[in-house]
Amino acid sequence: MKKRQFLNTAAMAVLALTAASSFAQDNTFKIGLVLPMTGQQASTGRQIEAAARLYMAQNGSTVAGRKIELILKDDTSVPDVTKRLSQELIVNDKVNVLAGFGITPSAFATAPMATQSKTPMVVMAAATSSITQASPYIVRTSFTLAQAAVAMGDWAPKNGIKKVVTLVSDYGPGIDAEKYFKERLVFNGGQVIESLRVPLRGPDFAPFLQKVRDLKPDALFVFVPSGAGAAVMKQFLERGMDKAGIKLIGTGDITDDDQLNDMGDGALGVVTSHHYSTAHPSATNKKFVEAFEKANPGMRPNFMAVGGYDGMRVIYEALKATKGKGDGTALLEAMKGQIFESPRGPMFIDAQTRDVVQNIYLRKVDKMNGQLYNVEFDVIKDVKDPGKTK
Amino acid sequence: MLTILFDGVAYGMLLFILAVGLAVTMGLMNFINLAHGAFAMVGGYITVLLMQQFDVPFLLCLPVAFFGSALLGAVLERTLYRPLYNKPHLDQVLFSIGLTFMAVASVDYFIGSGQQIIQLPEWLKGRTELGEGRWMLGMGHYRLFIIAVCAALTVALQYVLTKTRFGSRLRASVDDQRVAAGLGINVNWVFLGTFAVGSGLAGLGGALGAEVLGLDPSFPLKFMIYFLIVVAVGGTSSITGPLLAALLLGIADVAGKYYIPTFGAFIVYSLMIVILIWRPQGLFVRKGAK
Repeated sequence: MKKRQFLNTAAMAVLALTAASSFAQDNTFKIGLVLPMTGQQASTGRQIEAAARLYMAQNGSTVAGRKIELILKDDTSVPDVTKRLSQELIVNDKVNVLAGFGITPSAFATAPMATQSKTPMVVMAAATSSITQASPYIVRTSFTLAQAAVAMGDWAPKNGIKKVVTLVSDYGPGIDAEKYFKERLVFNGGQVIESLRVPLRGPDFAPFLQKVRDLKPDALFVFVPSGAGAAVMKQFLERGMDKAGIKLIGTGDITDDDQLNDMGDGALGVVTSHHYSTAHPSATNKKFVEAFEKANPGMRPNFMAVGGYDGMRVIYEALKATKGKGDGTALLEAMKGQIFESPRGPMFIDAQTRDVVQNIYLRKVDKMNGQLYNVEFDVIKDVKDPGKTK
Repeated sequence: MLTILFDGVAYGMLLFILAVGLAVTMGLMNFINLAHGAFAMVGGYITVLLMQQFDVPFLLCLPVAFFGSALLGAVLERTLYRPLYNKPHLDQVLFSIGLTFMAVASVDYFIGSGQQIIQLPEWLKGRTELGEGRWMLGMGHYRLFIIAVCAALTVALQYVLTKTRFGSRLRASVDDQRVAAGLGINVNWVFLGTFAVGSGLAGLGGALGAEVLGLDPSFPLKFMIYFLIVVAVGGTSSITGPLLAALLLGIADVAGKYYIPTFGAFIVYSLMIVILIWRPQGLFVRKGAK
């Protein structure tokens, strides 16, 4: 008798527990954040994580009655690892949204799983144009290199830069930057006299820079991943190329806000085109930078951080719009077409391409309060990714 | 064109300092130490941290980097490396590659994985130009400095190995440990000293290279291939071999990237293959070595 009673109680307890846990499962909204937290791209991961946590701290962790849970995974920028982690997140953790993705190959490795499991995938960093075409479930909140490069191709010829040599890292984003910059420059009457591609792991830029010097262009257009930007710039100066009358231009990766201060005064006057600068003069951005620096002492938000911050906003708003009930497809629909004021300025998620439409600014490195910043001096409004127009 | 040659020589010299320690441990002590790059990285990080955190002048950082890595090398030799001297090469490879991964992970954890940037003193930043047009020779002051340091080191090393008593003891210990010990040479101390100097040289190379090659935790893995190429091509029995190999590779690398940028990164490998087919033991082989 006693035994039976015990069994009954136990059974009841188990039932109650499973009910509670299934209820909890329904109620938590899981975001799987896959980022490189160690390895070469770790700064990308750290910036995005900090920004995502900041967004949650500012906007609460309960949205439309559901508790937001952020599951962070470190993929060390190895696409195989990204793929495995994303799979685990979808199958085991049953995440509602995948987010993050530091480099292009990682985003591509995950794309088919997003399609198959109908999980929205918010790309917060990787910037090759074709990423959003890899799955109808991808939404991007960072930028594309084509966007940034085209703006420079418009600006340069109007400012006396006609003959240009391009120097890019030999991988997806670099080739995008080279292609779209050249197209636009030629369209505007300029010419690219030589296109150099350097290996991604190329340790010494000396031979390439010497080649540029001997070719004597008006300017050198550079895209390299942000870590290598400082090395290019230093060697550019060491070689006395600025004194030989060659200007250094490029996309904002070479003057990454995260590293700009360490580059020293040599960086002063370098002109770049990009979608975000820590010094963007708007109230929204001032608030964002202040809160970010307060929450992460010693760090300064860069373009990666703003991609992560806005990515979280897109997810939050989609959840609100579906009243917390929507499945993956409904969430995706709610992400498309969002228009809002980001720290970078106005931005818009294009419903057709699911890619970001935003202002691209032309900036010059300048000193403010003893620190180096990319100071914006011109803007090209509402730039749609040129990679999608064909 | 002369500028290219100059840049190539500077790059080669840098590779030489980085790799010569490996040539010593691998060739003279017959130990496959794939963790060599980790010692170079230690030297680099010592410099970066001293300069960034404590504003130590660059020139002072170089000897600190040398002695810091040498000390670390000595400690590790005494504790971890010595028991492995008589083990098969595969054990040594596995052990030292494991050590490399541990070094990479620790630096990543404690210091962070970003690229480290140092600011050289003004007098090393400039550039001097001689001549005109095609024959113009542009010399970056820092590269000139690297060449000077390396040249001095090469002469010193060569002198120590061939002319001093320590050199003869080392060569004796290497050729036959038992007989050398019988003659009253303390083989353990000789090996300890040699290993420490080898690691110290790597550290110095890392400190000098931080500016040109960049410095992040993946440094030992990124440059392991270059070290091994220098040692494989140069042979391991002398230091003139690695020196010439490093210069050859440096010049070939820089010139290749300049003249045929699309193929540039492969020049080094092609050159290595050709040389190794021609002389499988490396460019210079000491006759009668075991």
